Parts: sequence; C-alpha cells; structure tokens
Amino acid sequence: MSGPHRNGTLFLLIPAILAVVLLFVYPFGYGLLMSLTKADGSFSLANYARFFGDARDLRTIGVTLGIALPVTLLAVGLAVPLSYHMRRGVPGEKLIAFFLIVPVTLGTVLVSEGMLTFMGPNGWLNQLIMVLRLSPKPVQFTHDYAGVAVSVGLQGFPYAFLMLLGYVSGINPDLEKASQMLGANKWQTFWRILFPLMVPGIAISFCLNFVMAFSLFPSAVLLGQPSGPQRVIALAAYQWAFEKFNFNAASAISMIMAAIELCVIAVVLAWRGKMYKGASIVGKG
Amino acid sequence: MRSKPRFGDALFAIAIALFVFIVLGILLTVVLNSLSKGWYSGLLPKFLTTEWYKYAAAEHDIPRLIGVTFVVAIADVLVGLLIAFPAAYALARADFRGKAALLSLFLLPMIVPPMAYGIPLAMLCYKLRLAGKIVGTIVVNLVPIVPFMILVLMPFVEQVGTSLESAAKMLGAKRATIFRRIVIPLTMPGILTAGILSLVKSISMFELSYLVVGGRNQTIVVALFADAYAAGARPPQAVDALAVVYFLIAMSCLLASLRFVSPTQMVFKVK
Repeated sequence: MSGPHRNGTLFLLIPAILAVVLLFVYPFGYGLLMSLTKADGSFSLANYARFFGDARDLRTIGVTLGIALPVTLLAVGLAVPLSYHMRRGVPGEKLIAFFLIVPVTLGTVLVSEGMLTFMGPNGWLNQLIMVLRLSPKPVQFTHDYAGVAVSVGLQGFPYAFLMLLGYVSGINPDLEKASQMLGANKWQTFWRILFPLMVPGIAISFCLNFVMAFSLFPSAVLLGQPSGPQRVIALAAYQWAFEKFNFNAASAISMIMAAIELCVIAVVLAWRGKMYKGASIVGKG
Repeated sequence: MRSKPRFGDALFAIAIALFVFIVLGILLTVVLNSLSKGWYSGLLPKFLTTEWYKYAAAEHDIPRLIGVTFVVAIADVLVGLLIAFPAAYALARADFRGKAALLSLFLLPMIVPPMAYGIPLAMLCYKLRLAGKIVGTIVVNLVPIVPFMILVLMPFVEQVGTSLESAAKMLGAKRATIFRRIVIPLTMPGILTAGILSLVKSISMFELSYLVVGGRNQTIVVALFADAYAAGARPPQAVDALAVVYFLIAMSCLLASLRFVSPTQMVFKVK
C-alpha cells in the first residue's frame, strides 16, 4: 500500500506482535534466564552441567533423536513418491485425503491409546500377522520402540504427504512434458525436474515433522517404556518441572531441546540451499 | 515401459491400503473395546455392554469436560482471529522494512518444540495464577494458533484486490468503515477457513494444555491422557469409552469442517 496509509496499516500488526512477544518471546527469555540461574537467583551454569553430567538425562537426547530422526526421514521419504504419484489426482483421492487427515485431527493421545488394543499381543494386527504367518509369535509393538515409532509416524506421514501434495501439484505440468519431449525418461524427469522443485516443500515438511516428533511425549508415555528405553527429552523436562519442581533444571532442558531443534533445522536449510536453485522457473500451471 | 505405471499404481495402492487398515483398525478397536466384555482373544468381543460408559460417566463429569473443551477451542478461535486477521491484512498489504524478519518472528513458534517454550510459559502461568483456570488454557494455546491463522489468512487477503478499498477511501469512508463494509466481507471465506481449521486443531491440542490444566478445568483430551497414563487404575475398556467420546467430538467437528475446507488445508503451504 502506498505512502500515507502505511502507518495506519502497520498499526494493525500491534496485537500480533504483542501476542508473540508476551506469549512466546518473553516466556522463552524467562526460561533462558531461569536455566542460567540457581534457585536463589545467582548466575550459574550448574543446570546445564547437571544435565550433561547426569547419564540418565543425557541419554534422553539420543533416545529422542533415535525416534524422531528415523521416523521423520521415513515419513517424508514415503510421502515424496506417494504425493508425486497423486499429483494429477487418483481415483478416490478425496477418501484418501480424508483418511490421511483423520490421525492428524484426532491427535497423538487417541492414536496411542487406540494402538494399545489394536497392536497389543492379542490385537487385530497381531492376529493378522499370525494368520499370514509373517512371524512365529506375536510382534511386540506396545511398550516398545516400535509402538512409539508407529504412533509418531502415523501423525507425521499424513502431514508430510498432504503438505508435499500442495507443492507437487503446484508445479507446472508443462515442465514435465517438456522434459519428456526432450527425451528424458520418467526417472530422469523426476530426479532432474520435479524433485528439485519439491525440495523447499520437503525441507519445510521435514522441519515441521521433526518438531512434532522431537517434542513427543504422550506416545512415549503410553506406548513406550517411559522410565527406561523410551524416556524422551520432553518427558525429562516435564519431570524436572512438575514432579521435582526444579524449574531451573527443567528450563535448561527446554533450552537444550530448542537448541537441538534449531541445529537440525539449520542442517535442513543448508541442504535445501544446496539442492534448490530454481525458484524462478516454477510457473503456475 | 507400459508395465511401469501399473507397478507404481500397485505400490501406491498397497501403501494407502496399509495406512487405512491401521487407522481404521485403531479406531474400530477403540469403539469395539469400549463396548466389549471379556474380549481377550479372537476377532470380535464375545459380549457387548454399555457398562464402561456408565463407569466413565461416574468417574468424570463428561458434560463439563466437553464444555471446557469447546469453550477453550471457541475462545481460541475468536481471540486468535482478532489478533491474526489484522496482522495478516497488514502483512499482505503493506511493504515495509523488516517485513520478512517480522514474518519469521510470527512463524517461530511453529519451529520450536512446544515443550521447549511450553514449560517456561507454564511456569509463568503458575506465577500469574492462570494455571488451572480455563483462561490459562486459552492463553497458552494461542501460541500455535496465531501463526497458523496468519499463514492461512494471508493468501486470502492477497487475493482480494485493493481497488474497492481505494474507491471507498476516495468516497470518504473511514478506515473502520472500510474494514467493516469491504475488507471483512470480501475476506470472509478466509476468515471462515482459518476459524474452522483452527477449531478442529484446538480440540485436539494436548501438550500445552497438559502443562497448565488442573482440577475441574480439564479439556477432554487431557483427561483421556491422564486416564490412559494411569493404566491399571481403571479398566482399559473404560479408558476406551472416554476415548470414544473424544473421538466422536473430534470426528464430528472434522466432518462438519470438511463441508467448508479441504483436508489439504489442514496442513498449510509455506513458501
């Protein structure tokens, strides 16, 4: 908008700026400050030293990454070819989209709770596995890594799929035709034309998926062994805050979570920068 | 060459079928288990009963849980729109220095894990005595809702041309009148979309609510988690009965919303 009305328009940003500062920036800063102080308020790095010195807490980083990274990679990795396949529509796509959105809408708590029965030792999934003779005895999904991973993946995969569908169906189909006319086969067209154009979508859906997977804890609590092998970092932070009431220690864990998350995002954005150079050639179809 | 596409079709069908099988399996077992008695093995339960619903209703004030859930969700949508719409309008219309940085600031809460800012935010809520109150739950859930709404609303505002606004201005309309008579009616589809999508999202928001709720002011999803967490304290069928109540609410909101929005809009597209 031109000159004289500008200030009046910018004034509309104030509520949102206030909201993000009061509800996000300020609490985050408060958490940072808490993490750098002792209970008496004096400056100290003891909360971080404690976390890195406590083997039980320190291994939560590995546990969480061990769930979040493979699941996110797999979810996005599956979503790329499947959304590519659906880019011009398939029969029953409305129904498919509906089923994809159901686990996202219902949330982790219901999905995890339902998995306890469905994937339990006598659940339907194991009954099917036994009938098909895929395994000599029931597979243990619940109270184990597999259950947590499936539950996180059931949220992550549809999210990545629907997001990538938005990107891939927005790519001008003429690019594909041109590539095929010039003699490229399907495989070459995908890797040389479509995939590079999907990279921004892949990067952003990876980041958002990783955020969800990384701060998971309902699924780890319900489907894993939260006191041992599936004690995730979010749960450690929760326990320090609301079971031991040590907010300084809990804040330090929160800050470590945010730092790891930002590192992963930095790596993804660097990858995106390397892969994606052609924003200008995406014409609208 | 000709067999290749069919091979792709088959793989696609298998992947989707597997996914649908798991989703349907989870939902159907929850429903069946909540109605079953003595279902230890076999394909279907041997007896059907409604006693677990009575059990769940005796343990929880279910109408209140549903009421709190909707009060929180609707309040978040309304307050969220009041905050996000003006911002989306300004971001779509005005060009100014630092616009990209401001947009990144607005979107930052989406890329920081909720537990990372949620714990300090919850501590502040306890300090301000907002925790355990409905208003506390509303406030914390605004953090993810506002950026989401800004993202959904911006393209809708961009689509509406500025000519009508300019004309109204030339004819002497005040800013408030222009907003009320032109901008809001023209962007109504966007407002509805953002509102409906956020309502569906808010009903299932768990992590942040979990950190601040307490006592009688729980939302249904938090109560469900607490029940499932305290496994052994009550029969799993009773937990499933509460899960079905939650499932029916979330599902009917989703089905109602799909009359107005498409599933792909539930996730958004960022440039």
